[in-house]
Amino acid sequence: MKWSEFFTSSVGKKLVMALTGLFLISFLVVHAGVNACIFKDYFVPTDDGDMFNRAADFMGRTVVIRIMEVVLFAGFLVHIIQGLMLELQNRSKRKTGYQVNLGNRGSKWYSRSMGLLGTILLIFLVLHWWHFWIPSRFTHAGLENPVWLSNGRESHDMFMLMQVTFSEWWVVIAYIAACISLAWHLIHGFQSAFRTLGISNSRYIGLANTIGIGYSILIPLLFALMPLSYKMGWIGA
Amino acid sequence: MEHYTMNLTLKVWKQKNANTAGSFETYQVKDISSEMSFLEMFDVLNEQLIRDGREPIAFDHDCREGICGMCSMYINGRPHGPWHGTTTCQLHMRAFKDGDTIVVEPWRANAFPVVKDLVVDRTSFDRIIQAGGYISANTGSAVDGNAIPIDKNKADKAFAAAACIGCGACVAACKNSSAMLFVSAKVSHLALLPQGDVERKSRVLNMVSQMDKEGFGSCTFTQACEAVCPKEISVSNISRLNAEYIVAGLTSENS
Amino acid sequence: MLDSKIPAGKLEEKWVDYKGHCKLVNPANKRKLEIIIVGTGLAGASAAAALAEQGYKVKAYCFQDSPRRAHSIAAQGGINAAKNYQNDGDSVFRLFYDTIKGGDYRAREANVHRLAEVSANIIDQCVAQGVPFAREYGGLLNNRSFGGTQVKRTFYAAGQTGQQLLIGAYQALERQVALGNVTMYNRHEMLEVVVIDGKARGIIARDLVTGKLERHFGHAVLLCTGGYGNVFYLSTNAMGSNVTAAWKAHRKGALFANPCFTQIHPTCIPVTGDHQSKLTLMSESLRNDGRIWVPKKQNDTRKANEIPEEERDYFLERRYPAFGNLVPRDVASRAAKERCDAGYGVGTTRQAVYLDFRYNLINKYGRAEASKKGIQNPDEATLVAFGKEVVKEEYGNLFDMYEKITGENPYEVPMRIYPAVHYTMGGLWVDYELMTNVPGLYSLGEANFSDHGANRLGASALMQGLADGYFVVPYTIGNYLADEIATKPIPVSHEAFETAEKSVSDRISTLMNIKGKQTVESFHKRLGKIMWEKCGMARNAQGLQEAIKEIQALKKEFWSDVRIPGDINEMNPELDKAGRVADFIELGELMCIDALDRNESCGGHFREEYQTPDGEALRQDDKHMYVAAWEMKGEHQWQLHKEELKYDVIKPTQRNYK
Repeated sequence: MKWSEFFTSSVGKKLVMALTGLFLISFLVVHAGVNACIFKDYFVPTDDGDMFNRAADFMGRTVVIRIMEVVLFAGFLVHIIQGLMLELQNRSKRKTGYQVNLGNRGSKWYSRSMGLLGTILLIFLVLHWWHFWIPSRFTHAGLENPVWLSNGRESHDMFMLMQVTFSEWWVVIAYIAACISLAWHLIHGFQSAFRTLGISNSRYIGLANTIGIGYSILIPLLFALMPLSYKMGWIGA
Repeated sequence: MEHYTMNLTLKVWKQKNANTAGSFETYQVKDISSEMSFLEMFDVLNEQLIRDGREPIAFDHDCREGICGMCSMYINGRPHGPWHGTTTCQLHMRAFKDGDTIVVEPWRANAFPVVKDLVVDRTSFDRIIQAGGYISANTGSAVDGNAIPIDKNKADKAFAAAACIGCGACVAACKNSSAMLFVSAKVSHLALLPQGDVERKSRVLNMVSQMDKEGFGSCTFTQACEAVCPKEISVSNISRLNAEYIVAGLTSENS
Repeated sequence: MLDSKIPAGKLEEKWVDYKGHCKLVNPANKRKLEIIIVGTGLAGASAAAALAEQGYKVKAYCFQDSPRRAHSIAAQGGINAAKNYQNDGDSVFRLFYDTIKGGDYRAREANVHRLAEVSANIIDQCVAQGVPFAREYGGLLNNRSFGGTQVKRTFYAAGQTGQQLLIGAYQALERQVALGNVTMYNRHEMLEVVVIDGKARGIIARDLVTGKLERHFGHAVLLCTGGYGNVFYLSTNAMGSNVTAAWKAHRKGALFANPCFTQIHPTCIPVTGDHQSKLTLMSESLRNDGRIWVPKKQNDTRKANEIPEEERDYFLERRYPAFGNLVPRDVASRAAKERCDAGYGVGTTRQAVYLDFRYNLINKYGRAEASKKGIQNPDEATLVAFGKEVVKEEYGNLFDMYEKITGENPYEVPMRIYPAVHYTMGGLWVDYELMTNVPGLYSLGEANFSDHGANRLGASALMQGLADGYFVVPYTIGNYLADEIATKPIPVSHEAFETAEKSVSDRISTLMNIKGKQTVESFHKRLGKIMWEKCGMARNAQGLQEAIKEIQALKKEFWSDVRIPGDINEMNPELDKAGRVADFIELGELMCIDALDRNESCGGHFREEYQTPDGEALRQDDKHMYVAAWEMKGEHQWQLHKEELKYDVIKPTQRNYK
């Protein structure tokens, strides 16, 4: 079997979704970990985002991370394009629909709505990039005033950019909504990825389910707390 | 068990043949006994239609004991109707009450085109089996049945997968019209047995390839298939198929 | 006298000898020979696979949407084989003996011995195909016991043995389809045999989707079309099971043997009302663990669980202490009928007896499990809980099915069961090579009459179907086809095909043009009622004579007043059914004629005039030790040909299960 056949069959396509999905899941851990540094300001109000800015600065100047960024970009691209194509292809397999649908009697709504949840996340992603990634990499809009870090380096003040961005209620709400979508997307995606990778043993499926649910609640919750904390003045201010 | 009779309204898909468009027709049936099977209720309706000089409704059915896999109605939004682990022929009218409206549709999937009314063409399943759903053991060449002991646990699992009746409810219920539960049940049945080991790699690759050619969607693990399967085939078979596919694909010697 | 072509020599050497001397067809010539196989149950699918593996060009036909739907799939309990894996005294001879005795000495010794010989190969073949038979913890095959035997020789896969065996044969068949050796015709019904120069050379089949008639040529034609139990309307057969293919062959000159030999299965779910379309079997394997009883008091209206132990009559154990609940089917059925007729029946209709699992659930399984788990002196609730687990594994699907149909939970209350039509031992007459008297026309499995005599033992139908298909016909057909290698395929424009197709299309037009008032179904029900009441579990001369007249009148009425909706050239299930019912009506008449002619009781054929003082079947060996093979001479006219049955090895005696 050729590699091209291996990855383009219906099972192969799912395999691509699972592998990129798990890669993105591991990225989220790093992303959430770095960003969670903003909360030091809550516990130590004199921090003023120094810990977070140092972390962001480190990520920005480390070669391995910059390479991973390209891989990550590719991962997103493949996951999104493949996901959308799968959704469209799968929808096309039933030209005439049902009068009465099975609905929740056979499956969970979020399992059936991965395409929709994913699309919401894609829209969010564009917004998110526009807010942070594009300014930090290219336009530097809102980052005109550098900050001196405690390790003596000069850096973009990402902490301040977040504070400014999350001062608008609609942004906060949009981010929280995206986090909720992310949670549902993950609850299905996490365990499904392991099944796609061929885990059929009920012990490990149970484990994947439990960890998956924990992960799907914890990570999005952490993310959602960020805009909320700025807006509520728990940090920054 | 108390018995009762009921009057029902049926909304049934009528379609003359594969090339014409279909539509729903509404029928009334009276004095249906709670002891009847769902298909016996259809018999009563058809007898009534014939006597009234109208076209009876065509539907697939044969053994009427839940094993041949021929019956195939999508009843009130669920393949084989409301009972768990039950084929349409084993569904009994106790499941309904007086005054109910029941919507009956054919299996819907491009790979299962409608032949007439509620009858669909499921020969795609036969072609998937042709692609590798067997063990190549010519008649007369077998060793003694007890020559190879088989772990009881594995034999039981193989049997549970082999209990599939090929009715297609999994496809009908799946939002992607995926046939993965059907295909994985066969792949699992044969992969779990030592006799099936020899061909396991080519089998899974060829069956998946044929499944794709037939126009079934891909599995996204909504698990609706398992929920409606009259033989309660587990989705863990789909995971097993995936594992078989990955190993077979990665170790394939063809460039 | 008919020649059954049984090879000479000692019984146990006949088949070996035959195989050593029969003519062979070389592989190159096999590719030039075409074989038509009608029906894809165990016999048809196994024959198609086995013959295609050898290189013949096979065309297979089934009326269902896939060959996997054939009604063999519904067989529940198991398949017999003389493996003696249990070390309990089984052997080829013992299986042979049990089958002959179970058939009440109306089967051919040579055929049955061959069946017993190849039975072991069937299990090996099925295991090699991946049939997941039940196994012990050590990984070896498990067995259960069935009626009419005192050994455990039945191999099984829960209550779905037929399904697993058929799927095995179906997969072997589909493999040959993929290899191009078999062409499969789904949703096709055979409606005529084409005979050219006295030999079967093809069929006329109707595409049930388009309604078009098709002509197909074959050097030989195999009918593997199952039994005709649906002549009774209510039976355990599938809705589509029919006699049409066999009947067309009969009308073309093939003899129909022992049509009155019908098996009434003792353990079926009772009829609930007029709406009933079919009856559901509860496997004979349940009699391993279920005890059959009725109240000792007549018209007892108490619930089963309210009747104390000492007021229960375990009538099979009482009448047949040696075999108890595992007497053969005909014996068990009659005993149940006797109790119900005498007013001891249970349930609302009083036409049922109890099949009760509680005793073995507790004492056999419950105690074994408790002992395995090291529980001393377990209480009853624990035993019941353990017992239920084991029973669920053994028969879970049957218990579920019972609950779905009746709404009662058989783990808690005894099942109500009553005898129902299940299998037909009679069928097309075939010789030792499974060929009918029409050269080139074969019949396999339940469609032929050959191996079960007047009563079939449980778990032997699967055995016979697969024996015929996998291990018998691949040898015997070569013996015929070896002389056909020079025969070129006959073009279907041949006038014999032309005439055959015309007769089929004329008949269909006639049926469609009657445009009467009564539905096909209503005629079928009426036929079934006549047959069940007058040619059912018990028959007598007067009833049979009445039945013949009633059926003749019904036939006239059918052909003048049946209403078939729809058109010919479309999918029309009513038209398909009309053709089948028309054939059933003719068959019903022949069954009654045969039952009337056989002035004795044997196996499933119980003539009330011939019984022992305690109600057992009384054979008349001096007058009726023969196969009754009927030749159709014209409308309502048949001529009897006899094939004498010779018992060289077994001495026929009054069957005794006491």
